[in-house]
Amino acid sequence: MTDRRDALKRMAAAVGALTLAGCDKLSSTEWFPKVLGVGETLSAKIAPLIAGRKAMAQEFTPADLSPQFRSNGTAKPMNAQYDALAAGNFADYALVVDGLVERPQRLSLTELRALPSRTQITRHDCVEGWSAIGKWKGARLSAVLNAAGLKPGARYIVFHCYDPMEEDGSSPYYESIDLDDAFHEQTLLAYELNDQPLPVKNGAPIRLRVERQLGYKMAKYVMRLEAVESFASIHGGNGGYWEDQGYQWYAGI
Amino acid sequence: MPEPASRLYYRHRLPVRIMHWINVVAITILFMSGLNIFEGHPSLYWGQNSYSGRPAWLQIGARETDTGAMGFTRILGREIDTTGVLGLRETGDGYSPYAFPGWLTIPGYYSLAMARSWHFFFAWVFLINGLCYVLYTIWSRHLARDLWPTRDDVRGIGASVVDHLKFRHPKGEAAKRYNVLQKLVYLIVIFVLLPLIVMMGLAMSPRLDTVFTGWVGLFGGRQSARSIHFIVAWLLFGFVAIHVFEVIVTGLWNNLRSMITGRYRVPQEAGHD
Repeated sequence: MTDRRDALKRMAAAVGALTLAGCDKLSSTEWFPKVLGVGETLSAKIAPLIAGRKAMAQEFTPADLSPQFRSNGTAKPMNAQYDALAAGNFADYALVVDGLVERPQRLSLTELRALPSRTQITRHDCVEGWSAIGKWKGARLSAVLNAAGLKPGARYIVFHCYDPMEEDGSSPYYESIDLDDAFHEQTLLAYELNDQPLPVKNGAPIRLRVERQLGYKMAKYVMRLEAVESFASIHGGNGGYWEDQGYQWYAGI
Repeated sequence: MPEPASRLYYRHRLPVRIMHWINVVAITILFMSGLNIFEGHPSLYWGQNSYSGRPAWLQIGARETDTGAMGFTRILGREIDTTGVLGLRETGDGYSPYAFPGWLTIPGYYSLAMARSWHFFFAWVFLINGLCYVLYTIWSRHLARDLWPTRDDVRGIGASVVDHLKFRHPKGEAAKRYNVLQKLVYLIVIFVLLPLIVMMGLAMSPRLDTVFTGWVGLFGGRQSARSIHFIVAWLLFGFVAIHVFEVIVTGLWNNLRSMITGRYRVPQEAGHD
């Protein structure tokens, strides 16, 4: 009886170990992550059907604010050009808007502040699992895009950022969103956090707010917006720095 | 010796058997990839917010002490040394700071991106399989006939508790049916815990939060949803542990066969053999 029990235990352990090793092996193949990607495609397709394309993220009251809004990822870009701008309090900063647009733009912070704005208290959900609540004020991205005028082929907006993700200064952070998110009422180019100019650790002078997605979509230190038909030829081709590391492009979940 | 066919009772129909094993695969992968996802921020809170000024009610982590690194679990303000089990993971050449041991997670190394891919693929497998099961179980009257406790069942709860504690297993006709505790636990798992864990998963999705403004708040907020998701995952782990234990002590091969071929050898009452 003990022999049989031991054999059974060993068998269970062996099956477990094989299964685990199998899972790890599958994870590192070329094809299996693509199969798993079907889950992302389904989630991305079905969420708008359930939630509606224009549905609004929940907004909170000042009582709900986090005392400190956590900084994650880059806290200060390792970039001489950025340092120079920061030293001048971003007076020389200009947001470039180009790509598939009728009227390319260069917008200073003063010009961005003059655009139609929105103020919202929202919950920021990080892919790691934590949430923080902050009050954001910024130019509506729709106003910027309307000023530039999208050409018919434009399907995504790509955000190019000042912060390199490698120590040697390469691999700049970037992100991309579709036009549903780009023209959403709560999508902002934020320049204020909790009634103060956006701090460097949270993405000064401009960070994106896309309230229906996870934090990594909300690019900090935004330098340039590019309207594109496809992001396949940009950096790793997956539409964002973290996406190039294997994270989902659809971060609504 | 082959079993005489007449003693084999057809207990589980094919759709139930298929859905059971799909569910085994899906739940196992969801649990293990979920633990890998938890590593991304191994702390749990109540409310909408992780940074509200209130501490986490559960935190698993590692810190340096005078005698070296220590894995700890802080639960409701009390710290427990869990080196080697929780907080510090044993690796080839010492320890590294992860909440759970690698053999309990998918993948076996920390990868939030890969764990999320596994989790969200098998979440769909689980959801579609689960919906098929619920529809089938209603349509085929499996729910009404086999799972719903009868009046006699309810009257026999006390006796059933005693039977379980004494490892007295039903024989003869009674062995063909689920016992009352089994029925109640299955019903709670199928209609309370599993839907709850799905809802709490959906509540963590910033996109699905927008379905009705404030619905996540009904469950206490996104961080509460994450806590409940975690707690229910471990309740399900407990259910599976007891379920597998009962499967083993009431006849492993007989039970396994009945969930593979459908046929179950009915244990005879004393005097029949």
